[in-house]
Amino acid sequence: MSATFGAYGGRYVPETLIPALDELTAAWRDALADEGFRAELDHLARTYAGRPTPLTRAARFAPEKRLYLKREDLLHTGAHKLNNALGQAVLARRLGKRRIVAETGAGQHGVATATVCARFGLECVVYMGAEDMRRQRPNVERMGLLGAEVRPVEFGTQTLKEATSEAIRDWITNVETTHYLIGSCVGPAPYPELVRELQAVIGREARAQVLEAEGRLPDAVVACVGGGSNAIGMFAGFLDDAEVELVGVEAAGAASLGTGRAGVLHGSRSSVLADEDGQIADAHSISAGLDYPGVGPEHAFLRDTARARYVGTSDEEALDAFRRLTRTEGIIPALEPAHALARVDELDAELVVVCLSGRGDKDLAQVLERA
Amino acid sequence: MAGRETPALAEAAVEGGADVVELGFPFSDPLADGPVIRRAAERALAEGMRTGACLECLADTRERVDVPLVPMTYSSLLEAYGWERFEADARAAGATSLIVADLPVDERPELRRVQLVAPTSTDERIGLAGAATDGWLYLVTLTGTTGARTEVSSALEGLAERARRLAPGIPLRAGFGISTPEHARAAAAVTDGVVVGSRAIEASEAGPDALRAYVRSLRTALDA
Repeated sequence: MSATFGAYGGRYVPETLIPALDELTAAWRDALADEGFRAELDHLARTYAGRPTPLTRAARFAPEKRLYLKREDLLHTGAHKLNNALGQAVLARRLGKRRIVAETGAGQHGVATATVCARFGLECVVYMGAEDMRRQRPNVERMGLLGAEVRPVEFGTQTLKEATSEAIRDWITNVETTHYLIGSCVGPAPYPELVRELQAVIGREARAQVLEAEGRLPDAVVACVGGGSNAIGMFAGFLDDAEVELVGVEAAGAASLGTGRAGVLHGSRSSVLADEDGQIADAHSISAGLDYPGVGPEHAFLRDTARARYVGTSDEEALDAFRRLTRTEGIIPALEPAHALARVDELDAELVVVCLSGRGDKDLAQVLERA
Repeated sequence: MAGRETPALAEAAVEGGADVVELGFPFSDPLADGPVIRRAAERALAEGMRTGACLECLADTRERVDVPLVPMTYSSLLEAYGWERFEADARAAGATSLIVADLPVDERPELRRVQLVAPTSTDERIGLAGAATDGWLYLVTLTGTTGARTEVSSALEGLAERARRLAPGIPLRAGFGISTPEHARAAAAVTDGVVVGSRAIEASEAGPDALRAYVRSLRTALDA
């Protein structure tokens, strides 16, 4: 088995995709060894994306803690997704691919992908569940303006799970011209590792910033987990610091790590919400970005080896945290990281860093509907 | 697709001239399949065709026909059931071999199964697949998902030539996008057989007589 993370990972895809995955793996290894690649990514991060993002002290949100927020909401396009989209766009160019296909849940990854395609002059097709298109309208509009073709997926749960399957089917059909720009640390190898490395800038920056602000490492680092990319990027900065607790927060109705089992979805063996026959179950979350019955295989590994622990937050708790951060800090978070914020108070930790993975503009309609 | 009607449909297919019958064990998220097979899987799941019921269907079909029977499914079902347990129980129920659509040759090499190769496969992988395959090599004719197309893919000839060379002596059967007697004849000219999925499922929806007639039209074209 080609599993990369203990018994998790692998490449569970039709044979048709294997040569493309081999090609991507080779290009990724070459890029990592190439100073020019890192320099280009660094330049794009600083001059286009807006890195480094600040680490903000949030004294009013959690007065009993010393809480810091890593501000990926301030990254260009409003979420951490651009870190990955930029890196993969550069890789796609190195591979000579002119067409990009992507899936999106909340639309942030779709927007990030459409953004880099506009910047690099690539053709862009984004698959999005029809239900997600309804609840994240502003992002649908942005993608269209940026020049992407958004294709609604109208079967099954009509959310991220089906959008991912359709993006993979498109890639299978167009593999010679197309790069699949996956949005999270999921999918067949090398994607989980590749996406982690592109998001690891979050954790590396946060670590240096908290050391500068506090003179010590945090007691706990917290992030929301849908597919798991902002969390794995954040955790990557602290994996070797044994005394730093890593806490992933899932939506209670989409808790692939909390209530799932070992299964195979979208090309990797990981922890999935599935019945005892291996049929994938429907996830439920108010937040489109967490509404996914799978998770990155590395998170399953971190859970099993007890390096990280994973907890859940309900829709109501997330909405409450959304409103609380807005009123106490003047920051409107996306509903996804609001799930992480909801768990801060109960942590047995004094110095805490939460990854604020995105801003909440896309969620205003939904939140106001529930007011 | 496994279901209540399957044993009768399999019998009809064999009467029409089928040499092998594949039985789909439905999966909720079949990423190698286009809309026809995906919808058939949704209906089968709605009918309650979970793994246990599919194995019973296989056993019932085994009693009705003598040709090789090959369950076709996805890794998630085997992961849940247990990889060795699934292989053992499928064979006990009458399976001649297995096809797992999202399991390339280098994953789970210990599971005996029919290997698939595609136009994008490297020569090395065709060799590996030929060496590992259980009985015959499935040539995926096109870069795409299952589903009827208007023409047989031009990629098949090149793939078949490579497979003859790199997997000598292994029977080759072409599948994906084969639906008409003309397609079947064209594909069979460079291989040892054809696999028809989506169009057969569509014919099945009209019942055993329709399926028998459809299979007969393919048989006639191949024997001509």
